[in-house]
Amino acid sequence: MELFGISGEIFLAIAGMATLLSSVFLNKDSSYRITLRLCNLSFLITIILIFFSHSHSGSLFNGSFIYDDLARFAKILILIGTMLTLIIGYKSQKLDNFNRPEYPVLILFSVLGMLLMASSNDLIGFYMSLELQSLPLYVIAAINRDNIKSSEAGLKYFILGALSSGLLLYGMSLVYGAVGDTSFSSISMASSDGMSNLMLIGLVFMLSGLAFKISLVPFHMWTPDVYEGAPTPVTAFFAIVPKLAAITILLRFTFTAFDNAISSWQQIIIILSLLSMILGSFAAIMQFNIKRLMAYSSIAHMGYALVGLSSGILEGISSVLIYMVIYMIMNLGAFIIILSMRRDNQSVEEISDLKGISQTHPFIAFSFVILMFSMAGIPPLAGFFGKWLVFASAVNAGLIPLAIVGVLTSVVGAFYYLRIIKIMYFENNEVKLDVVDNKSSMIILGIMIISTILFGLFLNWFLEVTMGISSSI
Amino acid sequence: MISHLPILSFITFLPLLGAFIILLTCSDDEQGGKNSKMVALWTSSITFVLSIILLLNFNSNVNGFQFVEKSEWIPISNISYHMGVDGISLPFVVLSTFLIPICIISSLNNIKKQIPLYMSLFLILEVLMVGTFCAMDLLVFYIFFEAVLIPMFLIIGIWGGPRRVYSAFKFFLYTLLGSVLMLIAIFYIYSKTGTTEITKITKFSFSHDVQFWLWLAFFASFSVKLPMWPVHTWLPDAHVEAPTAGSVILAGVLLKMGGYGFLRFSIPIFPDASIYFAPFIFVISIVAIIYTSLVALVQEDMKKMIAYSSVAHMGFVTIGAFSFTKEGLSGAVFQMVSHGLISGALFLCVGIVYDRLHTREISAYGGVSDVMPRFALFFMFMMLASVGLPGTSGFVGELLVLIGIWKANPVVAIFTATGLILGAIYMLWLYRRVMFGKAIKEEILSLNKMNFREISIFVPIAILVLFLGVYAVPLLEITKLSISNIYEITEFHKNQSTISQIAQVKIF
Repeated sequence: MELFGISGEIFLAIAGMATLLSSVFLNKDSSYRITLRLCNLSFLITIILIFFSHSHSGSLFNGSFIYDDLARFAKILILIGTMLTLIIGYKSQKLDNFNRPEYPVLILFSVLGMLLMASSNDLIGFYMSLELQSLPLYVIAAINRDNIKSSEAGLKYFILGALSSGLLLYGMSLVYGAVGDTSFSSISMASSDGMSNLMLIGLVFMLSGLAFKISLVPFHMWTPDVYEGAPTPVTAFFAIVPKLAAITILLRFTFTAFDNAISSWQQIIIILSLLSMILGSFAAIMQFNIKRLMAYSSIAHMGYALVGLSSGILEGISSVLIYMVIYMIMNLGAFIIILSMRRDNQSVEEISDLKGISQTHPFIAFSFVILMFSMAGIPPLAGFFGKWLVFASAVNAGLIPLAIVGVLTSVVGAFYYLRIIKIMYFENNEVKLDVVDNKSSMIILGIMIISTILFGLFLNWFLEVTMGISSSI
Repeated sequence: MISHLPILSFITFLPLLGAFIILLTCSDDEQGGKNSKMVALWTSSITFVLSIILLLNFNSNVNGFQFVEKSEWIPISNISYHMGVDGISLPFVVLSTFLIPICIISSLNNIKKQIPLYMSLFLILEVLMVGTFCAMDLLVFYIFFEAVLIPMFLIIGIWGGPRRVYSAFKFFLYTLLGSVLMLIAIFYIYSKTGTTEITKITKFSFSHDVQFWLWLAFFASFSVKLPMWPVHTWLPDAHVEAPTAGSVILAGVLLKMGGYGFLRFSIPIFPDASIYFAPFIFVISIVAIIYTSLVALVQEDMKKMIAYSSVAHMGFVTIGAFSFTKEGLSGAVFQMVSHGLISGALFLCVGIVYDRLHTREISAYGGVSDVMPRFALFFMFMMLASVGLPGTSGFVGELLVLIGIWKANPVVAIFTATGLILGAIYMLWLYRRVMFGKAIKEEILSLNKMNFREISIFVPIAILVLFLGVYAVPLLEITKLSISNIYEITEFHKNQSTISQIAQVKIF
C-alpha cells in the first residue's frame, strides 16, 4: 500500500514492456497503429493513477522519491502533452513511412523517465531519471534513419546531451563532496549557513547541465539543428514535453535543494534568461525554415519562463508553471499546423510555403494568426497572460531591468511572428499547399485555439492551483 | 432603472456577437459578403442606439463614474472586470459607436476581397475601442488598449495600399514598443498598491522619483499612440496605406486613446511628475504643431497631408491638457472629439475621390468642384472646420485650448496660435489645388457625382460638427465635473509641492 504513491510509474513501466513485446507479434501494417493506441491508453490510465495517488503528498524510498502537488501537476501536464503530440503526429508518420512501433514505445520510456524526474528528490534519482528520459530521445531524433539530416540530428543531440550529462554529473559529485549526502534536503541543510565554494561550483555545473536540457543560451546550440533534422512529429514532442519535465526539476532543484542559496542561483538564472530572450528573439529573425524558427522561438520562450523563476518568490513558481501550460497550448497548435503543411505528398518546412494559405484554408490560417499573436504576447490571448505573470513577478521581486529587457525583446519577437502572418495574409500566391486535415488534429487545434482565446477566463483557477503548489514546495 | 442593467457590457460586447456570427456563418463569396455587411451594419447600428440611450441617461451632475459594473475576474490577484463611464470617457464611447457604422457604410462597395473578415474585424475593433474607454481597471484597460493592434494590423495589411506590409509592421511595432513599457509601469503600480482599480490608484500618492519614472513609461505609450513629435512617423505611413475606413478609425478614435490616457492616467495618478514635465510637453507639442504643419504643406499625397495635420491638431490636445486650467482641459477633450469627427470626414472625402480615380496625388486632381459640386461643398465645410472656422466644432476646441494655455503660459499660447495660421495655409491650398481651376483632365470630367450612400455618411458628421460649433454646451456639460476633478488634483499638487522640489530628483 505504501507503494501506491509510485503506482503510476510502476504501471507505466510494466505497460511499456508489455507493449514492446506485443508490438513484435503484431503484423507489420497495423502494429504502429495498435502500439500507439496502447501507449495512449497506458498514458490515460497513468494520468488517473497519478491523479489519485498524488492527492496527498509524501515520500518513498528513504525520501528519494517525492510525490506532491508539483509532481502531480507536472506529470499530468507531461502525460497530456505526450498523448496529444502522439495523436497529432500519427498521420504524418504514416504518410512519411516511418510508422515503426518502436516510436511510441520509446516515447513511453522517455516519459517514464520524465515522470520519475518530476518526483526525484535526490541527486542519484535525479540523474538516473534524466538519463532514462534522454536515451530514448536520442534514438527518436534519428528515427528516420534513411534521412541524413535526421541521423545528424540524432548524433548531434546525443553528443551534446552526453556532454551536458557529464557536466551535470561532475557538478553532482562536487556537491556530494561538499555535503556528504545526495538527498535534496541534506543539500538544503548544508547550505543553510552559507555556500562553500565547492558547492557553488557544483551548483554552476549542475545548472549548466540542466540548461542544456531546456536549451537555454549559451547551451542552446543543438536546438535549431535537432528541431530541423528530426521528423516533425518528433520535433513537436521535443519542443513541448521534455521542457516541461526539465523546468519542473529545475524548480524543485532550486527551491528545495538550494532554497537557502537563492542569491547564488538567482544571478545565474537571470543571465541565462537574459541571454535566451535576446538571442532567441534576434536569431529567429533570420530564419526561413519554420522548424528552426520554432526552435529559436522556444529558446526565447524558455527565457521568459525563467524570468519568473529568477524572481525567487512564490508567485514566480506559479507564473513559471502557468507559462509552461500556455507554452504547451501554443506550441501544440503551431505544430499541428506545421505537420499539416504538405505539397506533392512531401512535408514542406519553408515559411514562404505558407503563402496564400488564407485563401485556400481559412481555418488553418486564422488559427495560425491567433497562435502567432498569442506567442507575441498580445492581449487578450493566452501568451499575454503568461508574459504578464512572469514579468509581474519579476517586478514584484525588484528585478525591473530584467523585466524591461524582457518586454523589449518580446517586441523584437513580435516581428518574426508577424512575418508569418504577413506571408499568410498579405501576400497572394498561386502555389497551393496541400493541407492534410486530419480530423482528430483539427479538433485538437480547435481546442487549442479556443483555450488560447479564452485563457483569461480560467486564469483564476490556474492561479489558485499553482499558488497552492508553490506554497507547498 | 437603466443603471441597473449592464448596459456598458452590452455596448462593449454586442459587436463581438456580430463578429462571431459573421465569422461562423458567412462564407467568403458574394452572398456571404452581402450577409456579413448586413450583420455588421445592424449590430453596429444597434450598438450606436444603445450608446445614445447611455448618453441620454448619463447624469452630468453626478461626480464620478456611472453605470459601474464590477464582477470578479481574478479574485486571487484582486483584479476585477470593472467598467464605468465618466465625463471624459463618455464622449469617446459615443464617438466610437458613431464612427463604426459610418465606416461600415463607407466600405460597402469599395472592399472587394475577404469581406466577412473585414466586417468582423471592424466589429472587433469597436469592442476594443469601447472597452478601452470604459475600463476602470488598469489591466482591463491595457488588454483592450493593446488588443486594438490586432485588428488594425490586419486591416492595414490585408486591404491596404501597395506599401501596406511596411506600414502595418511599422504601426504594430512602434505602438507595441511604446505600450510594453507602460505594462512594466502597471506591474510596478500593482506591486506597490496591490490593486489595479483606477479610482483607488488615483488616491494613492507615489513618491516623486517613482512618479518620474512611471510617468515616463506611460508617456512612452501614449505619446506613440497620440502621436507626438518625434514618434509620429508611423502615422503618415499607416494612414496612407490603410483603406479609407481604417484611416477614419485610426484618426477618429485610435489617436484619441493617447490623449484619453494622458487625462485618465498620467495627470491624475502622477500629478507632480505631470507638473514637472509640462514644459517638456509644451516644447514638443509646439514643435509638433509648427513642424508637422510645414511638412503637411509640402505633401503630394492628400492622405499624408491630412495625417500630418492630425499630428498638429493633437499637439493642441496635449498643450490643453498640460495647461492644467479648466479651459485647457475641457478644450483638450473637445478638440479630440471634434478632430475625431472632422479628420474622419476628411479621410472619407479623400476616399470618395480615391474610389473614382484610384490616386491620392494632389496633382492628379484640379477642377473637381465643377464636376462634383455637392462633394465640393462637403469638402469645403470639413476643411474649414479643420482650420477652425467659427461656427464649427474645430473652432471651439482650439479656442478653449488657447484660452487655457494663455492663462498658464502666454508665450506657449503665441506659438500654439501659429498652428491655426499654418493650418489654414495648407488646407486652403489643398482645396484650391484639388477643387478649383478648370477641369480639363479627362478623368476629372468623367467623375460620377456623389451617390446617396456617400451623402448619407457625410450629413450626420456635418450636422454634428455644426451643432457642436454653434452650441457646445452639451459636450462641455458632460465633461464639466470630471474635468474639474482633474483640475483640482493638479491645483492641489501645484500648491503643495513647489516645482523646485521635484526638480531635485536625481535622474541617475
